[in-house]
Amino acid sequence: MRPLVLSLRRRPDQRLDMSPLVPHRLAGKSAAEIGRIALQTTRAPLAVADIFDLRMGNPTHVRIEGSCDRLDQVGAGLTDGELVVEGDVGAQAGRLMTGGRLTIRGHAGPWAGSAMRGGVIEIFRTAGDRLGGPFGGETVGMRGGVIVVRGGAGECVADRMRRGTIVVEGPCGAYAGSRMIAGTLVVLRRAGALPGYLMKRGTIVLGAGSEELSPTFIDCGAHELVAMRLLSDFVRSYSRRAAAGMRGPLRRYAGDMAVLGKGEIFVGNRN
Amino acid sequence: MRALAIRGIRIDDTFAEAFGMRATALIITADSIRWARQAATTMTGFATSVIGCGCEAGIDRELAPKETPDGRPGVRVLLFAVSTAELQKQLQARVGQCVLPSPGSACYSGISAAETLRLGDALRYFGDGWQISKQLGGRRYWRLPVMDGEFVCEATTGLTKAAVGGGNLLIMGRTARATRLAAETAAAAIAAVPDVIAPFPGGIARSGSKVGSKYKGVAASTNDAYCPTLRGAVKTALDDDIDAVLEIVIDGLTSAAVADAMRAGLAALVRLGPKRGALRIGAGNYGGKLGPHHYRLRDLLP
Repeated sequence: MRPLVLSLRRRPDQRLDMSPLVPHRLAGKSAAEIGRIALQTTRAPLAVADIFDLRMGNPTHVRIEGSCDRLDQVGAGLTDGELVVEGDVGAQAGRLMTGGRLTIRGHAGPWAGSAMRGGVIEIFRTAGDRLGGPFGGETVGMRGGVIVVRGGAGECVADRMRRGTIVVEGPCGAYAGSRMIAGTLVVLRRAGALPGYLMKRGTIVLGAGSEELSPTFIDCGAHELVAMRLLSDFVRSYSRRAAAGMRGPLRRYAGDMAVLGKGEIFVGNRN
Repeated sequence: MRALAIRGIRIDDTFAEAFGMRATALIITADSIRWARQAATTMTGFATSVIGCGCEAGIDRELAPKETPDGRPGVRVLLFAVSTAELQKQLQARVGQCVLPSPGSACYSGISAAETLRLGDALRYFGDGWQISKQLGGRRYWRLPVMDGEFVCEATTGLTKAAVGGGNLLIMGRTARATRLAAETAAAAIAAVPDVIAPFPGGIARSGSKVGSKYKGVAASTNDAYCPTLRGAVKTALDDDIDAVLEIVIDGLTSAAVADAMRAGLAALVRLGPKRGALRIGAGNYGGKLGPHHYRLRDLLP
């Protein structure tokens, strides 16, 4: 089955809104129709055909080649099928996704996977700030699905997360899991200061600890919990390294006692 | 009634009559197989017959660590009841009173089905507000803080309405001792069949019953036709050379599983032979009008 391929010819003069180029919105369209889809975010009009070379194929599998950080909302609203990006993407990749699979073989900007509800996002290099987080005014961030980042991530990873799983194999910035409502965040390398800032519930696993843990997190001792085995088993198909990092005893800190305090941070022994 | 003999064992030309039941399966794990077995044994105690125990339950088989959701040693348990409501009640009471207290235990659904029973969803209130829900890959688990850490329990378990209860074999021998050896041999063969349990002690019942009694308000009473000491006093079903009878009752998740179990039991009895084991094999029924499932012995012979 040949994928539908869009190759970027040159770096665009303006930021582009890529949200129309997802499988369910391309289904049933001809090459000419796809070429006329408007992508501009300024007053200068810009259609797909103006900046992309299009190779038709089955639109359930879309490939974007030569991508750059000016392409925003890549895979936003994805419902099913697969979208693979060769290169970097701008902000809001996979925002409000409900299903399908988005693969970014490069860096992602801020708000990747913002408020997503389902599906899988895999980012090969790094992700920007507020991975999975909500926009200003939204009360809930990620509500389901899985995000895997092979590199590091910025600040406020999993901000206001409600459900789902985020795995960051590299380090991450300050305030990881800030304001978490529930869900699971795993960071394999060192996290920045104040992880779990104002988290109510939810689970954060820090393979290599953090710069500074808030005093509002209370040490509950080192445990080998059955729940960690289940989590490790679930994560294995996305990240073997993360699965391995959850084996053995982990020190549990309960918090954030500044708010509800029913969340938890597990810290591995690679401190 | 006697139609055939196989390797010297007389096989009654009759059938076992069985009933439709509601059933579920659980996987109970622990840090060691000893404690998984302990939790499962405790939970399936006093569960021999729906008449007096509310449900029939037993261990289906032991599971290797790689067969269980959390990678620890485990045991698969089956529970059977006559109604969904009773099954739900028994499930909640037994897991709550027997598995939850067992050190290091965890409890998961052992059967996937469209319909479900509440498992952790019903027990989570034990956490008194400190319970934690985790949803991983479409399965939801409850974590309840307990004194040795956490009790992990899947939110729901599958419910099957295709289960069958009451498959049986009547094993008749020359002496009580030979009959017991025959019944033990058959019970061991049946225990190896997946998706079935034999709920009586060690899989074996000596107190076969008939419907009704001479006393008012007693629903079932001793099966006098099969009591060797009543030969001559009642219309007996026993021959002169039979001095003991034991029964194996079988519940299965499917009708096919019950048939497989009876087949395995019959094969084991035939292998053991009439000298050391059973002289004659029969089956219990109510004339065929009560239960929808009939298992004719002659169809199940090896």
